[in-house]
Amino acid sequence: MAGQPDYAKIARSPKFQELLKAKKSFLAPMTAFFLAFYFALPILTSYTDVLNHPAIGSISWAWVFAFSQFIMTWALCGIYTSRAAKFDAQAQAVIKGDK
Amino acid sequence: MHFDPAFYLFLAIVAVTLVITYFAARKQQSASEFYTAGGGLSGWQNGLAIAGDYMSAASFLGIAGSIALAGFDGFFYSIGFLVAYLVVLYLVAEPLRNLGKYTVADMIAARFADRGVRGCAAVNAICISIFYMIAQLVGAGSLIHLLLKLSYAKSVGIVGVLMAVYVIFGGMRATSWVQIVKAILLMGGTLVITILVLSRFGFSIGGMFDQLHPLMDGKFLNPGNKYKIPLDTISLNLALVLGTAGLPHILIRFFTVKDAQTARKSVVFATWIIGLFYVMTLFLGFGAAAFVGADAIKHANKAGNMAAPLLAKALGGEYMFAFISAVAFATILAVVTGLVLTAASAFAHDIYGQLIRKGEATEQEQVTAARMASLGVSLISIILALSAEKLNVAFLVSLAFAVAASANLPAILFTVFWRRFTATGAMTGMIVGLITTVALVMISGSVWNPEPGKAIFTGKPIFPLENPGIVSIPIGFFAAFLGTVLSKKPSDDAKYDEILVRTNLGPNAEPVSELDMVTH
Repeated sequence: MAGQPDYAKIARSPKFQELLKAKKSFLAPMTAFFLAFYFALPILTSYTDVLNHPAIGSISWAWVFAFSQFIMTWALCGIYTSRAAKFDAQAQAVIKGDK
Repeated sequence: MHFDPAFYLFLAIVAVTLVITYFAARKQQSASEFYTAGGGLSGWQNGLAIAGDYMSAASFLGIAGSIALAGFDGFFYSIGFLVAYLVVLYLVAEPLRNLGKYTVADMIAARFADRGVRGCAAVNAICISIFYMIAQLVGAGSLIHLLLKLSYAKSVGIVGVLMAVYVIFGGMRATSWVQIVKAILLMGGTLVITILVLSRFGFSIGGMFDQLHPLMDGKFLNPGNKYKIPLDTISLNLALVLGTAGLPHILIRFFTVKDAQTARKSVVFATWIIGLFYVMTLFLGFGAAAFVGADAIKHANKAGNMAAPLLAKALGGEYMFAFISAVAFATILAVVTGLVLTAASAFAHDIYGQLIRKGEATEQEQVTAARMASLGVSLISIILALSAEKLNVAFLVSLAFAVAASANLPAILFTVFWRRFTATGAMTGMIVGLITTVALVMISGSVWNPEPGKAIFTGKPIFPLENPGIVSIPIGFFAAFLGTVLSKKPSDDAKYDEILVRTNLGPNAEPVSELDMVTH
């Protein structure tokens, strides 16, 4: 196989391991966070009435929490985009170091 | 003949989409052009196409109706459908782009060159797409029947023929542009109604909530009007948030861009569009509750699907009604077209090209197979939709999401993130996930209802929840885990190294081998 890269060697290289570690320590807690934030809404509305209290006029906390899910989603898109740019740079460094 | 603005707008949409198909057809020679539009879409184009592929008539008409009739509970769909894109963005989109070529099965097969794995993934893609499509086509039939007064069979036939024409002649390029046009129309239409609704409330969101507060004896704005069983609510939310990342018709869209970075951009763009749309569903629902009223909505259609068109009529008269109806028509067309293409790729690329011809079919044979498969999938779907006219099949959409989350997602995530994962684990996860989900729905209240005519069968459901997700998703993941742990074949370390490198560094890490250039 002409030109097949040595995957095992790249996978074990310190720079690549660093990239994996950086990704993991970003993706795992962020995913846990958005899933927890998301499920907090149906759990709170299904098992309690705490969110039924008014927040602003007739708008209850349930709605405020519901809208905050949109803000959270867009914010996490932004955060991901900027972090991913750093991962891209790290990946480029691995590729260049490899050659 | 009576002048009907809706009819002419429908014709205009058909004309525009056929022009798109004509131009796309002129480029339609290679398999990669058919399946992925040559991988040449830009980030924003694919972002709009994802939005157009995703925001179905169920979202547009169904959610507006649910919010109008059940207040807060209807909004759960909007939130779940949106937050789901974080799962896609964080965990699935980039690895998928880096590993796959035309189909989801390609991605899993990139790790396990196993015929069984590819077969299971293809069957899952076909099942999910067909479930979803029948729900869409049945909905389309009754909607066009309501809007244009055409018979149900004619309505299904028109949509069915159009979707087949787009895919057979225009492949992924026509599909993408139909979806882009639809996304723009849908956003535009929804925005106009939102502004009209807001103007009626004096552009005060607080005022809108104040006015809706007394509805349903003051309960309208509180959660719990629709979902009375807490576990069912959680189960629904689970399937919504995890399902999207396993829906084949969404996932294959990532093969239409050149690299992982563009895939990322397209998800972010799609998430903004989809989020703005789902925020606006609230105004559609609230507007319909305030200006059409629950009785009139239920009178037109028991499930509430006519809420948005009726609201358009109440706010802007016949022309607005015609415009929103045409938007709904475009919405349906774009979604079913994406589904035909997805099921056809699984048949033609995975089953025919890879399993039967073992990857040795010529370019011409591949394209012919893809066209034949598109025709076959369209015919099967039309026949199934025609025979399901009298059935309440709205549950098929949530079934598709539940299968995607229970059968596809475990295999996709473990392929990328779990070194120990094996081919046996991938197969057990996909098979058990699919069978469990379908079986649970078969014995649930979606299929069985003690009142005759309310569901497909009359009788008491055995499974108490409407949404199987909370049981089937953990079972899908556990089956993939158990299949791996119990399989005799050890996991392939070298292969996982390759997957890791390709997932994280992209194709740049691997110089294209000569072998690759000959076959593709």
